[in-house]
Amino acid sequence: MPVLSVNNLSIDYRLGGEWVNALRDITLEIAPLEIHGLVGESGSGKSTLALAMMRYLSGNARISAGQIILDGEDITHKRDEEMQRIWGRKVALVPQDPLASLNPSYTVGDQIAEAVEIKALAGGGRPTRAETQRNAVDLLRRVRIADAETIAGRYPHQLSGGMQQRVVIAMALAAEPRLLILDEPTTALDVTTQASILDLVCDLVREQGAAALLVSHDLALVAQMCQRVTVLYGGEIMSSMASESLYTQPLHPYTISLLASRPRLMTGSETRLPVIEGVAPSLLERPHACVFVDRCPAAIAICREVKPPLERVEQGEMVRCHRWREIASGSLRLQTEPTQLSAEAQISGGHVLTATDMVKTFGDVAWSDRIFMRDRKPVRAVDGVNVSIRARSTLALVGESGSGKTTLARLVAGLECADNGDIELLDIPLDLTSAGRSIDQLRNLQMIFQNPNDALNPYRTVGQALGRAVRKLSSEAVGDEAVKARVSQLLNAVKLTDAYADRYPTELSGGEKQRVAIARAFAAQPALVIADEPTSSLDVSVQGTILNLLKDLRAQQGASYLLITHDLKAVSYLADWVLVMYLGEIVEEGTTGQVFSFPSHPYTEALISAVPRLNPAIQPQRIRLDGDIPSARDVPTGCRFHTRCPRKLGAVCESEAPPWRDAGDGHFIRCHIPIEDLARLQATDA
Amino acid sequence: MTSIDTSASSGVRRALPRPGFSLALVLRGLTGRPLPLIGTLLVVFFLVVAVLGPWIAPYDYAEMIRGAARQPPSAEHLFGTDQLGRDVFSRVVYGAREIIAIPMISTSISVVLGASLGLLLGYVGGWLDEIAARLLDSLLSIPALVLAMVMLGTLGPSPLGIVIVIVLLYTPIVARVVRSATLSLRSAGYVEAARLRGEGLGYILFRELLPGVLPALAVEAALRFSYAIFLQASLGFLGLGVQPPSPDWGRMVNEARGFYAQSPWALWFPSGAIALLVIGVNLLSDGLRRVFRREGQM
Repeated sequence: MPVLSVNNLSIDYRLGGEWVNALRDITLEIAPLEIHGLVGESGSGKSTLALAMMRYLSGNARISAGQIILDGEDITHKRDEEMQRIWGRKVALVPQDPLASLNPSYTVGDQIAEAVEIKALAGGGRPTRAETQRNAVDLLRRVRIADAETIAGRYPHQLSGGMQQRVVIAMALAAEPRLLILDEPTTALDVTTQASILDLVCDLVREQGAAALLVSHDLALVAQMCQRVTVLYGGEIMSSMASESLYTQPLHPYTISLLASRPRLMTGSETRLPVIEGVAPSLLERPHACVFVDRCPAAIAICREVKPPLERVEQGEMVRCHRWREIASGSLRLQTEPTQLSAEAQISGGHVLTATDMVKTFGDVAWSDRIFMRDRKPVRAVDGVNVSIRARSTLALVGESGSGKTTLARLVAGLECADNGDIELLDIPLDLTSAGRSIDQLRNLQMIFQNPNDALNPYRTVGQALGRAVRKLSSEAVGDEAVKARVSQLLNAVKLTDAYADRYPTELSGGEKQRVAIARAFAAQPALVIADEPTSSLDVSVQGTILNLLKDLRAQQGASYLLITHDLKAVSYLADWVLVMYLGEIVEEGTTGQVFSFPSHPYTEALISAVPRLNPAIQPQRIRLDGDIPSARDVPTGCRFHTRCPRKLGAVCESEAPPWRDAGDGHFIRCHIPIEDLARLQATDA
Repeated sequence: MTSIDTSASSGVRRALPRPGFSLALVLRGLTGRPLPLIGTLLVVFFLVVAVLGPWIAPYDYAEMIRGAARQPPSAEHLFGTDQLGRDVFSRVVYGAREIIAIPMISTSISVVLGASLGLLLGYVGGWLDEIAARLLDSLLSIPALVLAMVMLGTLGPSPLGIVIVIVLLYTPIVARVVRSATLSLRSAGYVEAARLRGEGLGYILFRELLPGVLPALAVEAALRFSYAIFLQASLGFLGLGVQPPSPDWGRMVNEARGFYAQSPWALWFPSGAIALLVIGVNLLSDGLRRVFRREGQM
C-alpha cells in the first residue's frame, strides 16, 4: 500500500474575486521507502502540491476535485483541527529556509524536545523533561551532529545554515513520520553541505522505513536522490517516471528541453546551450490546451486546441503530450546537444586586469576595543590574492560561501576599498575606490549583480535606467536621439524588444530584469564585466538563456568576465580560467580543463565530486567534507583547509603553510602533497 | 514544524500598478476606506476653514461684543461667547490659520532638512554617521516641551520662535526614520551600479535613494504634522504660543478654563477643534501607511 496517493487532484485559488485553477488533475503515488522527486519552476505549483499532500492549504485555496490518501486515510476533506493529529505524527515538513522555521528565542534542544513531547503525548505517554531532552540529543546525533550536547544548548542563529537544516530535519524526525516532505531543503546551502544533507536524508528515510517527497528545481539532484520523478509545469503533471528514464529516455519535450538547457560539467567553452525560450506562464495566463505549448520546440496545431491527456506509457510511467509516441519511437528528435560555436576570436596574450596582493580585513580592532581590552579578531576576508584576466576571456572565481570570493570581486570593482593591493586595468593603475576612478576607467569595468530584483531602481523605467548609463559612461556628449538608438540597440542585444524601454522593473520577470542589468553593464563597451552569481536566483529554464547571452555578448563586444559563482556547471560552460578560493586564499589556479581534471587541490576535488550528475554511472565517489567552512576570524594555522581535508598528511598541514606548487602550463596548486602524489592518489580513487 | 510558509500564490504575476509616488494611488487609498476617508475629510475641512476664515467668521476675532459676555451657543453666536464677550466661533475659525500654518511650515522645513540629513547619514555611514547619530540621539533625549519652554523663554514667544523650536525638535526624528530606510537600500544593486558609473553624491541621494524612502517619509511627515499641531496647542496653553489678542486654540482653552463653571462652551469648542484636527491628521497618516504597505513600498 502506498504511503501517499493523490488521485486527480485539482486546487483553485481565489484571486480578485474569481477562482483560478492552480493545480489540475494531479495523480501520483509514493511507495514506502521511496524518495519521490517533484520538479518544477516557480509558478508551476510545486509548493502548493507539496503542502496539499499534508492537507495544508492557504486561506484562499480550495480542493475542487480529487482526493488525497495518506497512509490509508482519506484526508481530502479533513478540517485543520483533525489534521493537527496527523501533522507532526504521520507527515512532517522540512522547509526551504531553516532559520525562518526555528524559533529564535529557544535553544534548538528545547525545540526538538517539544516535538518529541508532542509525539509522546499523542501516544498517551507522559515523558519527563529529562527524557525529552535526552531524546532531543539522540536525534541531533542521528542527523550526524558531532557535538550534540553542546549544539542542543545553542540558539538557531548561532548555527550555520547546514546545521540549522540538520536541526529542522531532527525535529521532523521526532515525529517518526511516515512521509517526510522536503521543500527545496538545500537550495540555500553550499554544494558541499547540500551533498551531506541529502546523504543524510537518504539514510534516514531508509532507517525509518518512511517515504519522502523531495521538491527541487535541480534535475540532476533529483535524479541522483530519487527513485521516481514527477515533472510539474503550469500546474499540471508533464511526466512522471523512474529517475533512470531522465537520462535514458525522457518522453516529454519539457523534460527533454529542461535537461538540455543545463550546462554540464565539461561542456567546454566553445559551445552554446539549447534553451527553452520564454518564461513560465503565470496562473492567469496559462494556455488552455497544452500548458507548455508556447515554449515547446515540438508544438503542432493540435497542441493549441486540445489538452493532451495524461497517458500511461508503461508500468508507472506517465506522460502528457500529443507527440510522445513519436518521441519514444525516435521519429521526432529534439535538439539536446550543445551546438558548437565557430571558434571565437582568439584570446589575446594581453591582460585586461591584473590585481596583485589584494588584502581586505573587516572589523579592524578599533581603538575602543583596545581601551576596553576586548579580544576581537578581525575577519580576514581576502588575504593576499593575485588575479589576472586575459583579454576576451572569462575567469571564474569559485568557492563556498564565506570563501571571500564576493569580497574580492567588490574590491576589484572598487565598491569596497582594499586595505592593500594594486589594480591595473588595461595596464593603467586604478584607484582602489570607484569614486577615485575616471569615467573612462569606470566604463571599462562594469558589474552584473546577484539579485536581479534590486539591480534596477523600481522607480525608473528600463529606458531611463539604460539611457542614464549610456549618457554617463559615453566619452563624448550624446544627443537624445543617439541615446535612444543606443538603448534600443542594447535591448536588442539582450534579446528584448524596444517596447521594454517604457516598462518598470515590477513589470518584468526575474530573467528579464537580469537581461536589463546585463544590458546596463554593456552600455559603453566595457573591457571587463564582473558577474556576481548572475544566474543563482533565476529559474532553471532561464539560467541557460542568461549563460548563452553572456557568452554571445563576450563574442560580440569583446569583453572579458570575472565570474563569481558556486555553480561549477556554469563555470565549465563559460570560463576559460578558474581560481578556487578557500578562506580568503587561492588554493588552485589553472585553465578550466586543468582544474576540472586531475590532479587538483583536495578542496577542488571535493567541490567537483559534490556536484550531482544526472547519470549515476559518471558520478564520482563523493568526498564528504567534515563540518563547515571555519570562520575567517579564526583562520586555521598552517594549511587553511587542514580542518576538513580528506587527504591531510599530518602535522605538517597544521603547522606549515603549504607551498604554491607548479603543476605545469600555468596550473598551480597550494598543497603539501607533491603534484605527482596528488595525481596518483586521485587517479586510484576515481 | 510550527510555522509553515504558504507563499503558494507567489507564481501569480499581478498587473502591478506603476510604482512611484503617484497622487492618484494615494488618493484612491485614502478615500477607499472609512477611517482614512474621515481623516482626509477632517483635514480638508480644517484647511478650507483656515483659508476662508475671514469670509466664514461673523465677527472679528478680537471684537468684544458689549453686553454679550458668556452667552451660551445660539443662532447668533454658534459656539457662544467667552468671558470678554468675544464670539467663540469666530475665534476658532480665525485660530485655524495659525494652528495649521505654523506646524505646516515648520514640519516642511523639518522634513526637507531631516530627509537630506537622513539620506546622507544612511548612505555615507562610517564615523560621520556614528557621530551624527549620537548627536541626534542626544537631541531626542531632551523632553520636547521642556526644550520648547526654555527656548521660547529666551527667544521670546513669536511665530518664528515656534517654527525654530519645532524644526529643531523634529528634524532629528525625521532624519532617523529616513536614515534607517536608507540603510536598507544603500547596498541595493542599483545604487552600486550608480557608483560604478561615477554618479555624484547628490544624484545618488536624491535620484536613486529618495524615491525609495518617499513612502516612509510621507507617513512620517503626516505624523510630525499632527505632533506639531499638538505641540503648538500645548505651547499656546502655557502662554508661549502666538501672543494675544490673536486667537490661539491652546490659549483659548487656558483662558476658558477659569470660567468653566459659567461658560463651559468656551472650553469645549477650541479643545474639540484641537482634538478633531489632530485625530484627522493621525487617521490620514495611518491611511498613508496602509496605502504604501499594501503596495509593498514600505
